[in-house]
Amino acid sequence: MMVVSGELRRPRFGATERRDAWWVAPLLQGLVLASLIAYANWAAFQGTNYHVGGYLSPLYSPLITVDWLPVPPSFIILLPPVLFRATCYYYRKAYYRSYFLDPPACAVAEIRGTSYRGETAFPFVLQNLHRYLFFITFLYLPFLWSDVVHATNFGGSFGIGVGTLIILLNTSALTLYSFSCHSARHLIGGNLDCFSCSAFNRARHAAWSRASVLNERHMLFAWLSFFTVCGADLYVRLVASGAIVDPRLL
Amino acid sequence: MDAVLRIFRGDAQGGQFQDYTVPLHEGMVVLDAIHHVQAHAASDLACRWNCKAGRCGSCSAEVDGKPKLMCMTRMDEFQPSEPITVAPLKAFPVIKDLVCDVSWNYEVNKRIPPFHPKPPEPDGTWRMQQEDIDRVQEFRKCIECFLCQDVCHVLRDHEKKDSFAGPRFFVRVASLEMHPLDVASRTAYLEEQGGIGLCNITKCCTEVCPESIRITDNAIIPLKERVVDDFYDPVRLAWRWLTRRDRAP
Ligand code: SF4
Ligand code: SF4
Ligand code: FES
Ligand code: FES
Repeated sequence: MMVVSGELRRPRFGATERRDAWWVAPLLQGLVLASLIAYANWAAFQGTNYHVGGYLSPLYSPLITVDWLPVPPSFIILLPPVLFRATCYYYRKAYYRSYFLDPPACAVAEIRGTSYRGETAFPFVLQNLHRYLFFITFLYLPFLWSDVVHATNFGGSFGIGVGTLIILLNTSALTLYSFSCHSARHLIGGNLDCFSCSAFNRARHAAWSRASVLNERHMLFAWLSFFTVCGADLYVRLVASGAIVDPRLL
Repeated sequence: MDAVLRIFRGDAQGGQFQDYTVPLHEGMVVLDAIHHVQAHAASDLACRWNCKAGRCGSCSAEVDGKPKLMCMTRMDEFQPSEPITVAPLKAFPVIKDLVCDVSWNYEVNKRIPPFHPKPPEPDGTWRMQQEDIDRVQEFRKCIECFLCQDVCHVLRDHEKKDSFAGPRFFVRVASLEMHPLDVASRTAYLEEQGGIGLCNITKCCTEVCPESIRITDNAIIPLKERVVDDFYDPVRLAWRWLTRRDRAP
């Protein structure tokens, strides 16, 4: 019988008896998220090649045409959606794990200590205002859908190009991301205890049930919509700069 | 074929991992292997179990570092060439070998404001509609295995047992708070004693729950939103201040 020394409570960072590659998921997630954030920042800072024909980059929507702003318009446009994502329950999970290593993975020791305050102290206590960012970014959706309509306008006549489909996909992904939000699910009906108590509550129950179906896929929509936002910007940028020609489908 | 179990042997003072060889058979679970060790090599090996069917929540342990029910963890999940580590839950004090003292959980449970039904209908009964009770059914599946409490970093790494109730009890609070007949409010409990703000929704509790309760999405986040309603939403706070209304009862 072999005796191995082992300390049950393992205070050392990263200590675990897990044998799987627990570090792969947080590492990959951190790298992909950082790449998307880096791209979005770079693109927002360009201030050119975001508009061509009927196509508008989602990073610059709604279109602001004044030229006296000290920063590219995208910076002002993007502030609410950036804060919306930063306070999103899903992204919180992702960055607490990948960037704050709090915890790096389940049942893997982190930097211990009783000074942990979670979301009870500044700045993380502000996560509690997520619903207001939902309200503000919700107002963007009509503009994004009107961008889809504009993307079918080829010099006054109706048409569909690859760019139209990309912009449609992006707006759909952003809409699904918004409607699957946890705060939205709460406000639409989750805050009720009795769904059957009135006709209005029954209608809210129906809405809550649908929001719950979407909410189960909130992580998927969070990633999908971030990829489509960056992808749609990149596509518009490439077409606008003349690097590629937008194939017309219809 | 044989497998090697590397089992923690010790008590509150300390201990070590010890290896035991166990013959494998079809359909074997980790608890069977532990029983084999008890029967053939170490009759003093302590472990808790009861149903061997994933219903009683007694046989919680950490198998290869992951919080699991030993009776629901099949031996064929593991590489036979490597020893399988079996350790007691790390978030609770060890009594002996694989048995921990989980009594702290029962103390937390006592502090939760209990079910407080609204007055009965004129015929002296209460009636509920299925659609009203569907949501809390999920929370009733809990078998109190405390695997979620064990994996939660707020308890496991930050040792906030004095100020944090833990995911199992957020599930219990959700089952009361969202109950169609209950009229008590537990948001003050959650915000203060329950410490729900310490949860950073990193979802390890959901990952380990053997009953597949969506603890974070369906219990904790909706409760956090209810706490926001009563404690953080500036518009609601202003409205309550203007109308001099207190929080919901
Ligand atoms: S989601 Fe919250 S309660 Fe669940 S394990 Fe993570 S910190 Fe703990
Ligand atoms: S919520 Fe799930 S993991 Fe937690 S005690 Fe209940 S059954 Fe176990
Ligand atoms: S929870 Fe993710 S957007 Fe609201
Ligand atoms: S022995 Fe009852 S859950 Fe495992």
